[in-house]
Amino acid sequence: MSNTNRPDTNLPEPKEFARRIRAHALQMVHAANASHIGGCLSMADILAVLYTRILRVDPNNARAPGRDRFVLSKGHATAILYAALAECGFFPVDELKTYCKDGSILTGHVSHAVPGVEVSTGSLGHGLPIAIGMAIAARAEGRGSRVFCLLSDGECDEGSTWEGILFAPHHGLANLCAIVDFNKIQSFGSVAEVLNLEPFADKWRAFGWHVEEVDGHDGTDLERALSAAPVASGRPVVTIAHTVKGKGVSFMENRLEWHYRAPSAEQLAAALAEVGA
Amino acid sequence: MRTAFVESLSQAASENPDIWLLCGDVGFSVFEPFATKFPERYINVGIAEQNMVGIATGIALSGKTVFIYSIGNFPTLRCIEQVRNDVCHHGADVKIVAVGAGYAYSTQGYTHHAIEDAAIVAMLPGIEVFAPCDPQEVRAATRLIASSRKPSYLRLSRVGEPNLGSGAVTDIRKPRVLRDGRDIVILTSGSIASQALVAAEMLEKRGEDVGVVNISCLKPFDATSVRDVTHRATLVVTLEEHSLCGGLFSKVATTFAGEARRPPIVGIGIEEQESGTSYGGSREALLDAAGLSVDAIIARIERELRKRPR
Repeated sequence: MSNTNRPDTNLPEPKEFARRIRAHALQMVHAANASHIGGCLSMADILAVLYTRILRVDPNNARAPGRDRFVLSKGHATAILYAALAECGFFPVDELKTYCKDGSILTGHVSHAVPGVEVSTGSLGHGLPIAIGMAIAARAEGRGSRVFCLLSDGECDEGSTWEGILFAPHHGLANLCAIVDFNKIQSFGSVAEVLNLEPFADKWRAFGWHVEEVDGHDGTDLERALSAAPVASGRPVVTIAHTVKGKGVSFMENRLEWHYRAPSAEQLAAALAEVGA
Repeated sequence: MRTAFVESLSQAASENPDIWLLCGDVGFSVFEPFATKFPERYINVGIAEQNMVGIATGIALSGKTVFIYSIGNFPTLRCIEQVRNDVCHHGADVKIVAVGAGYAYSTQGYTHHAIEDAAIVAMLPGIEVFAPCDPQEVRAATRLIASSRKPSYLRLSRVGEPNLGSGAVTDIRKPRVLRDGRDIVILTSGSIASQALVAAEMLEKRGEDVGVVNISCLKPFDATSVRDVTHRATLVVTLEEHSLCGGLFSKVATTFAGEARRPPIVGIGIEEQESGTSYGGSREALLDAAGLSVDAIIARIERELRKRPR
């Protein structure tokens, strides 16, 4: 099975896919007066490459046993994930309008009630261990499927994340691909100020991972890194994606407040114009 | 109990190739035969219970039945949020097995005393909770949860517990009568049931009619059967090696709450202790200090009987 270039989709190029899901996420967060738009925008290009180029998933057979698994461990960045799933055809794009509304399954943190979502997350530090379990099961069954887990930099404060980082190389989980959306800003300040992760890549290497460091907004770079697994050494792969929080909207970029705020109608219009919607 | 569990699990794993076992670096001299027989389905995860629960969830969501095993509070309280969010919320087929219920790890001290676990786990949605009283109940519970396809918690004591009662275990979900008697009915849960049997024997010598019923399945709690086994009782006693808050006493009291005609219900269990309180010593000494010795149980029941109009 090829690692890349999903053969069976009519999805657009990653850049166009990213443009669409950024626009959806901005509209959803505005309409719901929700939060976390900054962390949604920082991972838009990662999701775009994953869903258009990497993940072997089928919206018409979402539970196919041999599918690749994607676990969004940074479960607060849910608007953009739902947008990506809708654009892939897991459910109608129109349903995105119900985000965070009464009775909607599109909750403010990721819910596995949503078609295409593997696991519910929201409390940080849960995703990587679950992804590890999926990788173990896939390997045991010889399915050849891969497991991707997208983490935030902030959740690398969690001890449970490091329990997983320690475990995966020991067990040679070559079908496991962690991705860190390294946008350098967590809830209450910069990562460097709150709890410094550096030397971040060296830490993963020291724990036994194969590390890819990329510009998390460069589609070509991302596609190469996310296609790397399995690597010859048999190690799990982590892609440290250097990103910009709020990427694509100038007044949101690298601004902590957009972890919390929803854009006003005026700001939404300006933001949509910037992302090209 | 531990031996009965491992034997039953191995049997189930022989019959079902989808049964896995993860342990949190405990089980020395216990799991070696399982690990040898099923190396591809056994992982010592290391001392990392949050990771263990997450991994178990991931394997279970891939279609497997995963047992995880550790001591007392480690696979429960240490990782309670993983149990809640990962296992229970997803209905993942994960079986949490804790050894060392109550004061079983007596001399090891406070950290190893599992006295709130059953209540805390039972509070979570969709998980079934079993606290068997003897090895044959452990076998029945292990067999059941191995095929239930539901999240489960199995609370074991340690080793060397005797089989109690004369009858076989027919349905582990139902209360099991260990001793006939209908005026006073002691409802127990877990290996503390043996204390209830001794207390009942002594009370009988003093002219009382005392039954003992073990409730292995704390959740789902079979309230109808509990009413049935106590329907002629003039006094219901609950006995548990667990906090009085949220365990057997709470469940029994809730069963009868709101009923106009109900027997008095006396809860014998572990009272909340002040911070910093910790005693060493044997399980017997700790049970004694908590008011769970046979003598204390008898005294508590007799005190209740003295309240009756003559």
